[in-house]
Amino acid sequence: MCLAIPALIKRIEDKEAEVEIGGITRRISLWLTPEAKVGDYVLLHTGYAINILDQEEAEETLKLLQEVAEAAEEKG
Amino acid sequence: MKFITEFRRSELAEGLIAQIHRRSQTPVRFMEFCGGHTVTIFKYGIRQVLPETIEMVSGPGCPVCVTANADLDKAIALSKIPDVIITTFGDMLKVPGSRSSLQKVKADGADVHTVYSTMDALKIAGMNPTKSVVFLGIGFETTAPTIAASILQAREKRVKNYYVLSLHKLCPPVIRAILDSGEVKLQGLICPGHVSAIIGSHPWEFIAQDYGIPCVVSGFEPLDILRCVDMLVAQIENGESKVEIAYRRGVRPEGNQQALKLMEQIFEPCPAQWRGIGEVPSSGLKLRKEYQHFDAELAFDIDPGPTYEPEGCICGDILRGVKTPADCRLFGKACTPQYPVGPCMVSSEGSCSAYYLYGEGIGG
Ligand code: SF4
Repeated sequence: MCLAIPALIKRIEDKEAEVEIGGITRRISLWLTPEAKVGDYVLLHTGYAINILDQEEAEETLKLLQEVAEAAEEKG
Repeated sequence: MKFITEFRRSELAEGLIAQIHRRSQTPVRFMEFCGGHTVTIFKYGIRQVLPETIEMVSGPGCPVCVTANADLDKAIALSKIPDVIITTFGDMLKVPGSRSSLQKVKADGADVHTVYSTMDALKIAGMNPTKSVVFLGIGFETTAPTIAASILQAREKRVKNYYVLSLHKLCPPVIRAILDSGEVKLQGLICPGHVSAIIGSHPWEFIAQDYGIPCVVSGFEPLDILRCVDMLVAQIENGESKVEIAYRRGVRPEGNQQALKLMEQIFEPCPAQWRGIGEVPSSGLKLRKEYQHFDAELAFDIDPGPTYEPEGCICGDILRGVKTPADCRLFGKACTPQYPVGPCMVSSEGSCSAYYLYGEGIGG
């Protein structure tokens, strides 16, 4: 029930935003993430953005996983 | 970056799995607290790819499953009061209370609406000014701030016919209760990702410090879970116990301050009843005095009648991590997702449903 999915903010109007989720447009509330900007990905839970996703951290994690995969292959 | 498919890449999973196999020497039992994690673990067959040294058990992290029967009975009793409209997330509809379910009372004529968001519940209140609209406030720290926001919106827009039955539950206190019971011995905890998106990672510190159990906050994609397990194994083999975040893109150590502020403004902690676990101090949320006129419990005379537990159902033991669905003699026979006996089979995040849908060749 704590399901939350990434959604891309397209437009902001006051405390609401229009987001895109896999090609579908939805209106959501920004009451919990007032600092969200157009172009941000947010975690969407029951119509509310509960957090802004951090692009840099995501890339960092993937880089680390890539290194693990390469190391595993070498040790293979 | 779409934040989804990148975290499902199989070549990266293989690297992590190899690393986990290489690192893990000590036999351990890890609990995934959250039902969302249970689903990922089963859907992607993660238990099967882990080394024999790692045993995984599912915890009580499904808000629908842990809602006590007495509270379900209250919701059902509310739905029978004239001119009351019940609004709720869909998961709650089929959960059997002592004598009925919301789905059954709806079929018998009660006004029960499934909504996607509290914003929809507010709209229904606006469209039905002569009726009372009650939202069933079920959920953990992930959901509670959204309900707090709806109460503030109702106040702002002067909506006078919107009420909340606050059955919210808080996660850290129940983990303490489970650890204190000593029934299940854990060497690692996979902390819930979206609860932590709100509360941050600090509220888990007591588990690492007081109980010496490594904690890692995980996301919900298969790579997130594998990375989390790998980090737990690393802590175990290094003899450490600390709180780490394997889901940095979604969780900051300090959480979401705005959401916490709203939650704090509207709610205060209170004791709460958990199915199978009983009353846990400070593990629930009730409306603060200033917002009590939104409290359905105070606004209506609710008579839920006596409470009975479903016969033969061992959901309570499963929620404490003491038993698995395979131990239930009704599993897959008298109890299936189509004809569920207990909440762990109703909820898409319940252990029984995960076992049934993605099973490990048990039951039936
Ligand atoms: S299989 Fe059904 S009856 Fe058995 S514990 Fe799960 S929900 Fe309860």
